[in-house]
Amino acid sequence: MRTAAEQAPPNSRPRAGTPATQSQAHDVVLQVKDLAVDIRTHRGTIRAVNSVAFEARAGETLALLGESGCGKSMTAKALAGIMDPVCDLADGQIVLNGTDLAALSPKERLKFAGPELGIVFQDALTALNPVYTVGTQLGEAFRIHRGLNAKQARLEAIDLMKRVGIPEPESRVNSYPHQFSGGMRQRILIAMAVALNPRLLIADEPTTALDVTVQAQIMQLLRTLREEGQMAVILITHDLAVVAEEADSVAVMYAGNVVESGPVAEVFADPRHPYTKGLLESVPVHLERGAHLKSIPGSPPELHDIPAGCVYQSRCPLVQDICRAERPALRPAGRRRTADPAGTNVLEADDGGMGTTPADRTISAEGRPVRTAACHFSEEITNG
Amino acid sequence: MAEPLLSIDGLTKTFHVAKSASGNTKLKALDGISLTVGRGETLGLVGESGCGKSTLARTLMMLETPDEGTVSFEGTNPFGLRGKELLGWRRRVQMVFQDPFASLNARMSAGDIIAEPWATHRSLYPTSKERDERVRELLEMVGLRASDGRKSPQEFSGGQRQRIGIARALALNPDAIILDEPVSALDLSVQAQVLNLLNELQRELGVSYIFISHDLTVVRHVADRVAVMYLGRIIETGETEEVFDHPRHPYTAALMSASPKLDVTGAKRDRIVLKGELPSPLDPPSGCRFRTRCWKAQDICAQVAPEPQVLTAPDGRRHSAECHFPLDSLKGLAGAAVTASAP
Repeated sequence: MRTAAEQAPPNSRPRAGTPATQSQAHDVVLQVKDLAVDIRTHRGTIRAVNSVAFEARAGETLALLGESGCGKSMTAKALAGIMDPVCDLADGQIVLNGTDLAALSPKERLKFAGPELGIVFQDALTALNPVYTVGTQLGEAFRIHRGLNAKQARLEAIDLMKRVGIPEPESRVNSYPHQFSGGMRQRILIAMAVALNPRLLIADEPTTALDVTVQAQIMQLLRTLREEGQMAVILITHDLAVVAEEADSVAVMYAGNVVESGPVAEVFADPRHPYTKGLLESVPVHLERGAHLKSIPGSPPELHDIPAGCVYQSRCPLVQDICRAERPALRPAGRRRTADPAGTNVLEADDGGMGTTPADRTISAEGRPVRTAACHFSEEITNG
Repeated sequence: MAEPLLSIDGLTKTFHVAKSASGNTKLKALDGISLTVGRGETLGLVGESGCGKSTLARTLMMLETPDEGTVSFEGTNPFGLRGKELLGWRRRVQMVFQDPFASLNARMSAGDIIAEPWATHRSLYPTSKERDERVRELLEMVGLRASDGRKSPQEFSGGQRQRIGIARALALNPDAIILDEPVSALDLSVQAQVLNLLNELQRELGVSYIFISHDLTVVRHVADRVAVMYLGRIIETGETEEVFDHPRHPYTAALMSASPKLDVTGAKRDRIVLKGELPSPLDPPSGCRFRTRCWKAQDICAQVAPEPQVLTAPDGRRHSAECHFPLDSLKGLAGAAVTASAP
């Protein structure tokens, strides 16, 4: 047989499983609070990421969704501690398994890179070093963190290549990155990221450069690895359909801010922020061919020119005076109950269980993700 | 179907390359391509990288000369034209490129970029007054301000740049425009704006589009008919709804199934995940080119290349696919090893 059916799509929400895996699935691996990143430019300091907050749970995928320039990749780099020299972590906490990475020195953070946190980049050809064999690059993690010698590391590298489905690993371990196809290079990159079984895997547009049939293979691999290692996965993407199929929860970013977050099914079925609604309506589905698409007028603001008040005001159909004066905080937005096919995971957003800071409000008292939106008129959005 | 504006028959293009691993030096980028494009119609061309989409586009632009086969544009073969007649033909087929950041000269103003084709086609708008007027008209047609002509490309956003690229293609009043991934470099919210613009322009001007894209959702939205390419061949072609709803070729079915769907109901969807990758076009498989990844492949697939055959659905609609074991349109994919339930 030359095909493999996708047996259990991980996006089947709510997650079915034994009580044991369910409790595991709720373990918060990463908690990000008030994250802010500044970029120093010759036009002054600009804020690329502003009070971003979210959580990633073991065995689940959190999608950071947004268009180019919205700060999603910058957020990923801040989490991994690999920001460009002109960028500063201005504020916030990055709590990974109880340790606040933001408070550590760069040297201390190195210990976390690999065993605790792995990252997969978009462009596998530039992310791999062209002058070393893939075996050397795959074995590096074992040499540095486990103190293995070159021979042992090579064996580990072969094991890894088997795990990510690269054929004939014993001979290909000595090949150079350019000798692999795009899909295979992406597999190598994923292998490097999961080499030391990290608790958190950040995948930054892992399939954008790939063809759809290869994209499906890579996504399947990421799902398998996530299940095996009970990793928390942060998937960064601009593709709504990928989010719908791969993620459990989603944080929608716009101009450096999270404007809406919550479980994917609920956010997509009943968006509570006009930007999310506008994005969903821009997708040409369920429409007569050639019918007029509802597009969002204008384009996102330049980062050095972000208005006071709501970041989305210039494109928003609901804009009022208050939106220009006051930036809405991310607050619970799930009061309107949405239809949930399985009848579970119903929204439980009521202010009683909420903390006081915006970051605390992304989690309910029971530790489940709740719907949040940063809009003054979130309740007035109608979804037909 | 509309009266054909362009018809291609048996187009073949081979490139000679430095010796490959297999010792083969001939790369057959197009292998017997036949298709037609009607007036005012949109033909969607889909396939993965390396399948020959761009070579086909370049051949239609006469940037490549085919080895075999004929191209007929309203009955004339453009490859037989010389001099003024050729120039006249070139006016009628224009192109919009994928990357709006690379396809506009940063040292020219938007107005000059749009007016540049007239430097070659002088007779179209002979006086500078006419040209200025037409530039303003074109800018407004694509949803920019007439005064934007003075700005340089870097002052525009990606979506606006793509509008300039479209205005440039329209400058010569073409009959057909080849759109090579025109929206794939754009953000979703902007992509919808550009797709709307393309639709409006087609309705107004009656121009034909050849729309190359890897995004099946977009193709389904814009194309009247669709042709699916795999390793230099069109393996399935027909009306868009027909091909999307009842794919007959296993590759088409796999492609549809692999592309992520925006389905908020959370319904379970099984997917065909193809094994392996596109074989090298330098060393294509014998017989059917898809057989190395196909779950229905049998001995005959390795020996005999399937011919295109017209298949009729129970509702009487027909489209063509080349496969020895076409999928049963009635059961969707039920004959395959896996089933796919589209949302």
